[in-house]
Amino acid sequence: MGAPSFSLLAQSVLSGVFIGALYGLLGLGLSLSWGLLRQINLAHFALAFLAAYLCYQLSATGKIDPLLSLALIVPAFFALGVAMQWVFARFDITPFNSLLVTFGLTVIIEALIQLIWTADFRRLESGYGDAKFKLGFLYVPAPELLTLVLALALSFAIWAALRHTDVGKALRAAAEDGPIATAFGVNRQALALMLSGVCTALAGVAGVCIALSYTLAPAQMYGWIGVVFAAVMMGGLGRPLGPLFAGIVIGVSEAVTMALTSPSWAPLVSFSLLILVLLVRPRKA
Amino acid sequence: MKRVIISMAIVGAALAAVPLLGLPLFYESFCYLVFHWIVLATSWNILSGYSGYFSFGHGAFFGAGMYTTATLASRFEVPFLWTLPVAALVAIVLALALGAVVFRVKGVRGELFALVTLAFTFVVGTIILNTRIDGGPGVYLSAVPLPKIGPSPASTFYLLGLFAALATVAIAYAIYRSRLGIGLFAIHDDEDVAEVLGVPTFRCKMLAFAVSCGLAAVAGGIHAMFVSYVTAGDTFSITVPLTVVLMSVLGGTRHWAGPAVGATIITALLYAFTASDHAIAGKAVFGAVLIAVILFMPQGVLGTIVARVRRARTAASPAAATTTAAEAEGRRERRPVASKPLLVARGIRKSFRGVRALEGVDLEVREGEILGLVGPNGSGKSTFVNLVSGHYRADGGELVFAGADIAKVDAHRIARVGVARTYQIPRPFAHFSVIDNVAIPAMFGAAHMRREAAIADARRWLEFTGLADKAQWLPDDLNLHQRKFLELARALASRPKLLLLDEVLSGLTPGEIDGAIRLIRTIRDEGATIVFVEHVMKAVWALTDRVVVLDHGQVIAEGAADVVMGRSDVVRAFLGKAHAGA
Repeated sequence: MGAPSFSLLAQSVLSGVFIGALYGLLGLGLSLSWGLLRQINLAHFALAFLAAYLCYQLSATGKIDPLLSLALIVPAFFALGVAMQWVFARFDITPFNSLLVTFGLTVIIEALIQLIWTADFRRLESGYGDAKFKLGFLYVPAPELLTLVLALALSFAIWAALRHTDVGKALRAAAEDGPIATAFGVNRQALALMLSGVCTALAGVAGVCIALSYTLAPAQMYGWIGVVFAAVMMGGLGRPLGPLFAGIVIGVSEAVTMALTSPSWAPLVSFSLLILVLLVRPRKA
Repeated sequence: MKRVIISMAIVGAALAAVPLLGLPLFYESFCYLVFHWIVLATSWNILSGYSGYFSFGHGAFFGAGMYTTATLASRFEVPFLWTLPVAALVAIVLALALGAVVFRVKGVRGELFALVTLAFTFVVGTIILNTRIDGGPGVYLSAVPLPKIGPSPASTFYLLGLFAALATVAIAYAIYRSRLGIGLFAIHDDEDVAEVLGVPTFRCKMLAFAVSCGLAAVAGGIHAMFVSYVTAGDTFSITVPLTVVLMSVLGGTRHWAGPAVGATIITALLYAFTASDHAIAGKAVFGAVLIAVILFMPQGVLGTIVARVRRARTAASPAAATTTAAEAEGRRERRPVASKPLLVARGIRKSFRGVRALEGVDLEVREGEILGLVGPNGSGKSTFVNLVSGHYRADGGELVFAGADIAKVDAHRIARVGVARTYQIPRPFAHFSVIDNVAIPAMFGAAHMRREAAIADARRWLEFTGLADKAQWLPDDLNLHQRKFLELARALASRPKLLLLDEVLSGLTPGEIDGAIRLIRTIRDEGATIVFVEHVMKAVWALTDRVVVLDHGQVIAEGAADVVMGRSDVVRAFLGKAHAGA
């Protein structure tokens, strides 16, 4: 195997950016609920796949455009997230127990998906699926580009909301020191319900993006966990721009490793990077 | 303790006789799987459950064991049983290498530790997949001869699994009862305090990690033979760590038998549901059971039961009479202090990200004295205490205690040579009873006693501080005054030569302060040297032989309290310029 050509390398960097954007989009909700609610929501992946299957079904039977299906999926998932938080708050759950409860939820959702759509592969047939265009010597697939645009837009929107709006400031204060924030009149319970709703809605959006670009099978939800967690941790918990940038770094490093060596070496780069970041990053004394 | 060992032996012997009954093969294989998960979950719990360092890397060590056995047995034709100790050794070396890096970085705890270990799993998996160890297609063990231990192959695996499970549970129990176990549980509650009280935290974690991973590798070695075909994708996935965490948390991570209980329940549930005709519905039920258990029994099955039994027991025991040895009236006398210095600090400097907390502090603490360390907020008093106790390392300067340099020594070693401290805001170990809190420094500190002796000694210190009737309480049930006194009892129990008291009186009522002053005087009369950091001036006047005044990280005055506190520069440091001339 000789050195890959420049255009091949550029194409893999581009595909790394695209997959990184999806890592970032999946990681966004995970990072927010981990950093601001202290919940490690493993079910985020299952919820995203549930949304992907719903999008598939709406398109297949209802002939609803995948993008239009967002109008149904986002509010429905927001409500689901609110309901989940309502239960979590009632039981005052610790971060590690949240991991276990949401794993239980993951198993239930996986079973539900298997029951309805079976374990066979499903592919969304839509106008977007094979659409791609040429930019110079690079091929740009439309669904992936859409994912990148959505990931950028949502990450920056949430970043701006947390930074500049009163609700965002209240959320950050509540995460920093809950009791004190409450003493200053922040309604933590209501904020938590809302945030959980937003995170779950984000899982819904990520799910639609997955449906647009990938063939679906229930067990695939586990394949995303490791690398998306890596992106979330590298990006910093509760920081909305973190997962996107970390995701793109991981995606590109994976894609380049694949182009230079073989695809099976790809995890080595991203996970060594993660270990390094965790060990050497500056931290509070 | 004896009862546990005897009952373990009986259960083991009874289970070992099962293959003689000639049950259908299926039962033996099912039991093997239960034993397999008991080994994995129980071994995981030795580090992660006891010390709270949740590892998601158990799969890496399990996998290392699998591949060691697979490689040695299939490629080098090493007899199967001989590969098992090698597998354990490989995992132990890996664990020590990872631990030597990770355990040295402060702050890699909780979810960060979980993530580092998970990432480690994928790194090891990728390396094995891409090198000659696996190479991609997996390793077959079907040609490896299985030693004939039981009447059939299935019963051989049954006996191997049983033996491994018994050994693992016995080791987990032995550690649970040992000094190491108590150290690990103390790390779980507050690692910094544990270190300052004399627990060698780094060594405890390394040892527990090594044992934990070695046992996981043995389970891996046996399992490689059981499945007879090993692939990297199945081995180094998130399944193993997730399952063992689930099992341990379900059973209860704070009990040695918890993971075994959880492993049995989950293996049985998984089997019952996936083997039935309604596999998918069964899966959903499994998820629902898991959610219900965590929500309603957040401490796990055994944890909840143990807590209930304990509550019933403490409710039944009659409260002992309160006696305070220290209530005897102490006399105010300034005793002649030996001029021999116990602690000498020279040019001590410490900065926090550019904020200079101490700028070249020189001071001496003489044997047998009570030295008051006073100064306005932020003057560096607590930083000084943190440096002497080894919680922080000084950026520069010399710190000599009883003739030995302690500036660069680990906190637990400083505790061993006879330095103890209290915290301004009490930091008791939340899951230990009051008496166990006090026994820990007696076991790990300068006194270094055995557990039974330490408990007896702790009782004496509880009587001394008037907490004897609260011995079995948990710290959360104490009020602030009692928690402060618990801090004091804990510091005393290590039999320190030098006692650092960091604002023990703040937040107490005037009556409580008088009691505490008498107590501190009694402590000095028993021979301890005391550094007394305090804002309550009445107590400084009443107790100290000398005071040292700090301001902005520098010593600005030194001498007898009544002389020093009248000096105008000292008044200015405390109250500002306007009052200095008065």
